[in-house]
Amino acid sequence: MKNLMEHMGVEPGRLQFSWISSAESTKFVDVVTKVTESVKALGPNTNYVKKSGAKG
Amino acid sequence: MESYIGKIKEISERLLNDGTVECVVGFRKGTVALTNEPCMITKASDVQDLVWDENCRLNLANYLTGRKEKIAVIAKGCDSRNIVNHIIENKISREQLVIIGVPCKGMVDKNNPEVLQANCATCLHRNPVIYDELCADLVEEQKEVDRYEDVRKIEAMETQDKWAFFEDLLTGCTRCYACKNACPLCYCPTCFVDESQPQWIGKGTDPIDIRTYHFLRAYHCAGRCTDCGACEAACPQNIKMRHFTKKLEKDCNELYGWEAGLTVDQRPPLDSFKVDDPDKFIM
Repeated sequence: MKNLMEHMGVEPGRLQFSWISSAESTKFVDVVTKVTESVKALGPNTNYVKKSGAKG
Repeated sequence: MESYIGKIKEISERLLNDGTVECVVGFRKGTVALTNEPCMITKASDVQDLVWDENCRLNLANYLTGRKEKIAVIAKGCDSRNIVNHIIENKISREQLVIIGVPCKGMVDKNNPEVLQANCATCLHRNPVIYDELCADLVEEQKEVDRYEDVRKIEAMETQDKWAFFEDLLTGCTRCYACKNACPLCYCPTCFVDESQPQWIGKGTDPIDIRTYHFLRAYHCAGRCTDCGACEAACPQNIKMRHFTKKLEKDCNELYGWEAGLTVDQRPPLDSFKVDDPDKFIM
């Protein structure tokens, strides 16, 4: 899924997956920090946003 | 391939006459030039309607979903692979089927009968992978075909160029859903595009909704698509939506060494777990 999203022009790093057990609190913090950093670096998403405004 | 038709009619007539099957799924002359349409023949006297030439683009496995009767189906290489998919996914049982195999030499482009359509030009499985009867000798398979040249071209682009490429590709899509109706893999009773609780996707022709539709439709075909080209053959706007499914096909091939619909003895990669499944995408 990640491959195809990136194939059609969604920036690498915009979509991320992880697997964290409920016992892995430090991993959770670690992953959230990494994701936040990488998304901040990319800036606001401009491609995959509906421009016509209204929902649906 | 026109020469096959005599044998196809002969087999169909025999199967209907002796009661082996109740119905034969094949092609008859269509009302649009250069396009034959799928048909179901139930009377031996009607087998004369059957035709076979280079304009039998649609995938006949599409008409087998959930059938209860004994049924014969005419199958080129890609149809036969989708029949295998159908058997794996319990949409029809092998015992119900008499598969009339057609060694295929490729269908011609619907807009240019001088050349083969894109997916046939790079096809590696022209002969049916599963059949009970054959209407001609098997043909030689194409070798040294580069199946993924177009995918690699897109992979090499910058992100914004990829986005623009698909923007351009999908211009003109009216969301008529001909592609998903022609696709033998799309058999859900209610498609995600029709769901209203929740509504996964807008119903209009906003470019983002169009893109989401094509992306998700393709993703539902991951590891199942046989690149039969029925979607593109059915599209009235000539959209090349195989750019989506071919990327998934390439990935499945590279990550799992998988080609869809070759054997009924193996579960598809997205349906099974192996300890050494690639997991590079997980942080």
